[in-house]
Amino acid sequence: MGVTQPLGDNIITTSLDSLVNWARKSSIWPMTFGLACCAIEMMATGAAKHDLDRFGIIFRASPRQSDCIIIAGTVTKKMLPVIKTVYEQMPEPKWVVAMGACACSGGIFDTYSVVQGIDEALPVDVYIPGCPPRPEALLYGLMKLQDKIANEKNSFGSSIGLGERLEPAA
Amino acid sequence: MASEIMTLNMGPQHPSTHGVLRLVVELDGEVIQKITPHIGYLHRGIEKLSEHRTYHQTLPLTDRMDYLAPMHNNLGYVLAVEKLLGLDVPERAKLVRVIMAELTRLKSHLVWIACHALDIGAMTVFLYAFRERELVMDLYEMVSGARMTSNYFRVGGLSRDLPAGFEQKVQEIVDTFPGHFDTYEGLLTKNTIWLQRTIGNGVISAEDAIDFGISGPALRGSGVDFDLRRDLPYSGYENFEFKVPVGENCDTFDRYKVRLVEMRESVKIIDQALKRLKPGPILADAPQVCYPPKESVYNSIEGLIHHFKIASEGFPVPEGEVYMAVENPKGELGYYIVSDGGNMPYRMRVRPPSFVNLGAIEKMAKGSMLADLVAIIGTLDIVLGEIDR
Repeated sequence: MGVTQPLGDNIITTSLDSLVNWARKSSIWPMTFGLACCAIEMMATGAAKHDLDRFGIIFRASPRQSDCIIIAGTVTKKMLPVIKTVYEQMPEPKWVVAMGACACSGGIFDTYSVVQGIDEALPVDVYIPGCPPRPEALLYGLMKLQDKIANEKNSFGSSIGLGERLEPAA
Repeated sequence: MASEIMTLNMGPQHPSTHGVLRLVVELDGEVIQKITPHIGYLHRGIEKLSEHRTYHQTLPLTDRMDYLAPMHNNLGYVLAVEKLLGLDVPERAKLVRVIMAELTRLKSHLVWIACHALDIGAMTVFLYAFRERELVMDLYEMVSGARMTSNYFRVGGLSRDLPAGFEQKVQEIVDTFPGHFDTYEGLLTKNTIWLQRTIGNGVISAEDAIDFGISGPALRGSGVDFDLRRDLPYSGYENFEFKVPVGENCDTFDRYKVRLVEMRESVKIIDQALKRLKPGPILADAPQVCYPPKESVYNSIEGLIHHFKIASEGFPVPEGEVYMAVENPKGELGYYIVSDGGNMPYRMRVRPPSFVNLGAIEKMAKGSMLADLVAIIGTLDIVLGEIDR
């Protein structure tokens, strides 16, 4: 018996970038960071019916272990410094998803206490509209993020200290 | 041996604080000495916004306060405005409101049991409860088009009639949900870990609970027999038969049992309301307040003008002030509205149950272990959107 080799003695040629990107996009670990109503839809997306695990997306409770932050809800001026701190605690590479109208643009809360969109403070990769977005919308947004990660250049080089990670223009 | 008090910061980023609550905990070893809750991380200025919105435009803001029970927030608000207007609502609208309100209670309690169990370590219950919650969400979507922020009720009635096939779907829930509750009880009620984490945890006596102004299941868990649906009925609740469960030991386990019985009673209320549902008008006969039917808006110029006038100008509400409270899944949700005779509230103040219940957290947690604090936050069932508004 021993180890079966269904592919025979073949080899696969690929670029190191593709390998690294494939690994990164197949195991996005977002932070459990619910701010408001959208967090409940985020939980619903992670639960039984929609099941984020099948995309390799597993929520982590610590920023040190995660590589994606989903801003799920209204960001207030009191909360913004906390979000910045948490974001800075995340190791590179890291991505930001703005979930819902409030995180994208402040939504219906054009008031003295609400930040009018998280992109005032963090570099947002994917915007998901909706109030709150359906789980399907969040899934689609995360799949868009996967596409974006798959197209990044110099991912391997940047991780061993050779130059910057390049994101192709959208 | 001299002991030193340690100050520990919990939140606002913490998986078990149910949002963005921040607690500054002072500990002697692992024993809690003092808790200072810091709130305001989700303050969105809803009360202030409502002063610049017409009465109908304020309604969607109320959805986003207690986002686990949006229809209850709608209900309290529309009832307050209707009380101020002296408006009576047709029977069908009242029954549909009761059905939706009780479905909302199920939805909210399902999130409670899911998160509470998850915080204490029982992940299976989380997955089961969210599976059932999706069924209620489907009904929300059927009636209002939105899964969470429904905005379904209107001052004077409902925004639209129930869609075809709605009643069968509700009947399925009435038939199947008690079995699901049995599943949760099977997973938790005799589970040794669950019992050890909840029995004797977060005890608050009936007198203390009343002194702190606690309401809802947290109050009933302490043995106080008080439910606004029965003691100060609104929207036709006086015509329904249901039990108000009451706890004895004032601890987290009793509050858990109270909420589970409440879910079973909600199913019974929905069943009674469903049997009484008859075709009829869904909006009060008050053209100055209610939107005209859509057929008239699309087919006649008078209807279009009527719709435009109410959508753009709103309607004037007589001068005065009103307080209207409903039994939200979390407790007494009150709306205090002051009108100066104009088309917008002069001042709207919300009495959020979570905010008042949170006030007792130090009383409940003092002297217990730090790990029990997570169970106490779970049993209080707080929603930060409502606390901060």
